[in-house]
Amino acid sequence: MSFPWAQQYTPQNPVMQWVDERLPLPRLVYNAVGAGYPVPRNLNYFWNFGVLAGAALMIQIITGIILAMHYAANVGVAFNSVEHIMRDVPAGWFIRYAHMNGASFFFIVVYIHMFRGLYFGSYKAPREMIWLLGVVIFLLMMATGFMGYVLPWGQMSFWGAQVITGFFSAIPVVGEPLRQWLLGGFAPDQAALNRFFSLHYLLPFVIAGVIILHIWALHIPGSSNPTGVHVKAEADTVPFHPYYTAKDGFGLGVFLIFFVAVTFFAPNMLGHPDNYIPANPLSTPAHIVPEWYYLPFYAILKAFTVDFGIPFTGIVIIPAKLMGVLAMFGSILLFFFLPWLDTSPVRSGNYRPLFKKFFWFGLVPAVVILGICGAMPAEQPWVLLSQIAAAYYFAHFLIILPIISRIEKPLPLPNSITEAVTGKPLELAAA
Amino acid sequence: MATVKKTKKASENAAPAAEVQGEEPVRRRDFIHIAAISFAGVGAGAVALPVLGTMSASADVVALSSIEVDVSKIEAGQAIKTSWRKQPVFIRNLTAEEIKAANSADVGAMRDPQTLAERTQPGKENMLITLGVCTHLGCVPLGAAAGEVKGEFGGYFCPCHGSHYDTAGRIRKGPAPLNLQVPEYTFLSDTIVKIG
Repeated sequence: MSFPWAQQYTPQNPVMQWVDERLPLPRLVYNAVGAGYPVPRNLNYFWNFGVLAGAALMIQIITGIILAMHYAANVGVAFNSVEHIMRDVPAGWFIRYAHMNGASFFFIVVYIHMFRGLYFGSYKAPREMIWLLGVVIFLLMMATGFMGYVLPWGQMSFWGAQVITGFFSAIPVVGEPLRQWLLGGFAPDQAALNRFFSLHYLLPFVIAGVIILHIWALHIPGSSNPTGVHVKAEADTVPFHPYYTAKDGFGLGVFLIFFVAVTFFAPNMLGHPDNYIPANPLSTPAHIVPEWYYLPFYAILKAFTVDFGIPFTGIVIIPAKLMGVLAMFGSILLFFFLPWLDTSPVRSGNYRPLFKKFFWFGLVPAVVILGICGAMPAEQPWVLLSQIAAAYYFAHFLIILPIISRIEKPLPLPNSITEAVTGKPLELAAA
Repeated sequence: MATVKKTKKASENAAPAAEVQGEEPVRRRDFIHIAAISFAGVGAGAVALPVLGTMSASADVVALSSIEVDVSKIEAGQAIKTSWRKQPVFIRNLTAEEIKAANSADVGAMRDPQTLAERTQPGKENMLITLGVCTHLGCVPLGAAAGEVKGEFGGYFCPCHGSHYDTAGRIRKGPAPLNLQVPEYTFLSDTIVKIG
């Protein structure tokens, strides 16, 4: 599906004609990321990050396959096999540092991609399905990243696995058996390491599959744009190729500069030195911190320190531990409901004065504060700060967004994308 | 294509004919459909259970279930860490003051009310044997080794998320929901304890 003015695939080369008649794969590519996909003409650089996330996934898959050729998922040798990659395998240090930092950069570009979606209302009708699939990809990424972090079997690997599988023990009645089933034992050990390796290898391909659905769903209504106004005519669009292939290519170059700069010059900047100590089940590091990309959610987990119950009776309805775990999962799962919480028909935050204020002065600082608190020990003032920020985070999505959607008076929208870009009405500009 | 369309039309014509006679009669084929799908479902379930079961703790992991520890060398005020089922166990010889502190605390106000006597064995109330696994998210609390922080209540302190345990290993402050777990154990002699 595409706009009626989309260019048709007409192969000139007889070989391509022969292929296209038997397996229309070139046609599929042409219509998906070629000249056959008309895209709004006014996309800004925030629209590069979907392609960058795809590139980051490819980097992870390629470096990961190479690492798996040298890595051994056995608690006795896992740590040493990683050191073997770092010291003995030719360019092994490069592949491993690229994979380590590739994970961080994958999350950086995906967070910017999500930020774009949140600010420009990309989750709104008719693009809800794209957003929902994106949340699924995000959850899969978090699971994959966690299991990958366990594989080197360092101290943070082990204790990260202990803490994260501990989330499941918060579930009443079935929690502890469920945790033992997930780990295949009473604590993280050989069984857990082996299955995490298996799943860590599998999930990126599942992610790739969901990305195909994500792009498929995107191509039904076509890309959104910074004004949030629908495409009305051919003059509002340009073909994806060469316009956005060139722009994305440029963006990819900038992305790779940052990526290799960190990989070569500060490869351990985003990691924890504790993970260069072999796992020791009898000694917890003084300060367990997850990788930076989980910090805001970790802060929400830590923000719940008291049981939720009936005051003065001592009756506990939800223990603090379960509350923290529910809130942490809830903070992500509520993204699934976002398209129906924000009911304003105006997509772009640029035309929503109230939304914009709460977004920049509420949601963004709340997430930044949660990120900082997540890295801090469970002491005051960090606990109180994370409690305030977590309260705002939930209030923003569950209370503030639905209310401002109703009371806000949006700014006048341009009549068309072309008018927003050229200042002239669509028909005149087209002519 | 043409033949497919034809059969479709035929079935469309057949449906209203049945409706005219009132309720659609139960056909033999309906029964076969339901029976076949149900049986396939039962089969899938029967296969899924052992497949998922493969992820449970294996026999060798379960087999390592008990250990024997000599506690004669633990002086009052000291504790040792040992490993049971791949998890740390704290064996602590409480001092008289620590026992007093544990017994004088208000049990009723605790999150997981238990007395020291309920958490130790008669005649061995100074020997506090608990898992060294925080009941919050499974970190190893500090306080067993010399020089480690013991938290606000002089027992154990979990550095991960700030849970404080008292000298009876009971949760007093922080996010952990339960007291440090007391494993099953028996004193084989005055100095040898069997855990598990």
